Amino acid sequence: MKTRIPLLVAFITGFIMVVKEFIPHPLINIPADKLTYYGMIIMSSMTVLGVINIFQVNIPKIIKRQKDWGYKVVMLVSLLFTALIGVVFGPFDRIDTGAYALFNYVMRPLQSTMFALLAFFIASAAFRAFRARTFEATLLLLAAIIVMLGRVPLGEYFIGGLPDLVEWINNVPNLAAKRAIIMGAALGAISTSIRVILGLERSYLSR
Amino acid sequence: MRTDFSKLANLDRRWIYLLMAVALILPLIVPLNLPFKTSKMVEDIYEVVDKLPEDSIVLVSADYDPASAPELYPFSVALFHHLFKKNIKVVVITLWPAGSPLIDASLEETAIKRYQKTYGRDFVNLGYKQGDLVVIRGILRDFRSYFPRDSRGTPIDELPIMKGIFDITDFDLFVSISAGYPGIKEWVQQAQSRLSFDMVGAVTAVSALDFIPYYQAGQLKGLAAGMRGSADYEVLVGEKALATSGMDAQNLGHFLIVFSIAVGNVFFFYGRRKNKRKDSKGAR
Repeated sequence: MKTRIPLLVAFITGFIMVVKEFIPHPLINIPADKLTYYGMIIMSSMTVLGVINIFQVNIPKIIKRQKDWGYKVVMLVSLLFTALIGVVFGPFDRIDTGAYALFNYVMRPLQSTMFALLAFFIASAAFRAFRARTFEATLLLLAAIIVMLGRVPLGEYFIGGLPDLVEWINNVPNLAAKRAIIMGAALGAISTSIRVILGLERSYLSR
Repeated sequence: MRTDFSKLANLDRRWIYLLMAVALILPLIVPLNLPFKTSKMVEDIYEVVDKLPEDSIVLVSADYDPASAPELYPFSVALFHHLFKKNIKVVVITLWPAGSPLIDASLEETAIKRYQKTYGRDFVNLGYKQGDLVVIRGILRDFRSYFPRDSRGTPIDELPIMKGIFDITDFDLFVSISAGYPGIKEWVQQAQSRLSFDMVGAVTAVSALDFIPYYQAGQLKGLAAGMRGSADYEVLVGEKALATSGMDAQNLGHFLIVFSIAVGNVFFFYGRRKNKRKDSKGAR
């Protein structure tokens, strides 16, 4: 029963959502719309589970003073502080709330900085690791150089035809490969979905 | 014995970090202001928006966060300049939690401070809704159930701008400003491919190549890629701002990376040749 009920639920819901695409009858549309709406509620409740999980995983590590336990304390305190700010001052998703200051002066610069660090790592990797050791690697590097120069005004300024070459690289060889990948991924997704609906794929049951 | 070129090829990375910092900061102090040609994909966005009649209503989904804001925030500002100049109404939603305050900031900068538009009548922010694909599927048929209130808690029945809006096809244009999942791909696959409404998008540069197939297939009427796409749109709208000034830094940054690749490979090949010669001499 522990296995059969989840498999039955997965089959029924999957079946309804698939059939909905082919039979636009209210008998199918009404339960499908309800299922979609319930799905949103379930996904929202996952946030609560996620927060509980963060505490469940990190508090034992803090108590046992495992490696980097100090950072885990900072994380949990920050989480509680942010939640408190939201409760006291209102949600941060509007600029007219006090909590927005926390977003604008802490989260926004921190996240931007983390992403901006990539520029430095890429420059370092470009110098130390991007080597034309093989023919394929050489082709890759040449294409990367052409695209990088062609996407900035300075490259266009020095070599007038570069943007057109970049467009050709994007629209012809790149697009051919991307289309093949998209189709392959779509076929894979269809096959996995059928397996989940039919109960052949049970990884969501932790089996 | 290793040659000096091996040492050069393994230069301390902090020198490279310093060079990159100089390359990015210098143009902000001494702007290059080089002109550039706008791309067709962005020109197509401009044409689609420009053809909308006054009092059209556009849905914008701001699915990005502060990490991708340098690339996408300027696009949102330029877009709102274009829309509000033409007196087009704007409804904003977001499927990313950090998207709502970012888009609120760009609405503040344009709708309120520049064009004196009225909230609730000319524009509205319906805020963040958790659910990813489920929300996208849901608003295809029933927009109001999935966004019953705006980000300030006002029921949408009380908002004049939302009169007559029941599903996504009631909008004249859909714009997806997206940095990942859920984003433009999910909007195309789950929504646009089903109902074939007009849709344009702006994405980060690193992911843009994944969405060109949708542009070529006509599912996206236009696509802006990264800071360059945002800069192109700023030029077309006539509101040069963050992205245009950021292009100078991007200029030198790209050149430095290309230079690093070239120099690194020169040292590598020269060092390898030297070592081969030494090995062959030693073998004799």
